[in-house]
Amino acid sequence: MIYLTRKCEFSASHYYHNPEWTDEQNRRVFGKCANLNGHGHNYTLEVTVKGAVDPVTGFVVDLKELKDILNREVADAMDHRHLNKEVPEFASKIPTTENIAIAIWQRLVENLHVAKLHRVRLYEMPDLFVDFYGEA
Amino acid sequence: MKAYLTRRYIFSASHRLHADALSDEQNWSTYGKCNNPHGHGHNYSLEVTVSGQVGTETGMVCNLVDLDKAVRHSVLDRFDHQNLNTLNEFAALVPTTENLTEVIYNILKQCFHSAHLEKVRIEETLKNSFEYAGGAEPRP
Repeated sequence: MIYLTRKCEFSASHYYHNPEWTDEQNRRVFGKCANLNGHGHNYTLEVTVKGAVDPVTGFVVDLKELKDILNREVADAMDHRHLNKEVPEFASKIPTTENIAIAIWQRLVENLHVAKLHRVRLYEMPDLFVDFYGEA
Repeated sequence: MKAYLTRRYIFSASHRLHADALSDEQNWSTYGKCNNPHGHGHNYSLEVTVSGQVGTETGMVCNLVDLDKAVRHSVLDRFDHQNLNTLNEFAALVPTTENLTEVIYNILKQCFHSAHLEKVRIEETLKNSFEYAGGAEPRP
């Protein structure tokens, strides 16, 4: 089994707000992330796929195909966007790094048929990242 | 949904690798320049990985403020800008980064309960890193 990782970067804005809570509760739990004017990050996404090396091509996955899927599902959908307002998954979910990683996994797993998705790692900043392996 | 969250912290400390049970010659041949009696130092990069269900109300595995507070209070405030050999934990333990990784894992296991402590990883230099997951195999 070979694991292959492809990186992709995107910049986006977001805020954390649970509409069922009071403003005070939101501020207490989410701190400065609760500011409704939003703020932004440069996200770095690492997508790891796994599989056997094809004996003819020597590939685990056609990188062009993986790149096209990442461009469509992640870069086009999220780069230079406001996640709360422009990405449908976050109409009802808070766009924390955890939830963004899960949303990206779900977008990729539905579209990636050329190799098996192993891990989505999403850096919000160099000192903070989330891993999601598709576990319930 | 279960997710794994990793936070990176930096601290600087000095140490000397020297085992009392070995002769001076054996220490030198085992630890090389790390056995220098005057010690030396590193900027350690500490990665703490915790896991758990992503809360439906919060969207979070745990509140980062709680994790930061636990790491700052129990690790950074005690280890940063210190000589590791002088700390209680290393009174009878050589402060190799292997041992340091295990010591920090055990400290955090005791004092952080807001999510499951999955793994501690320490980069001693850009060339060396060490991982400890409480005896389990660290996940790829």
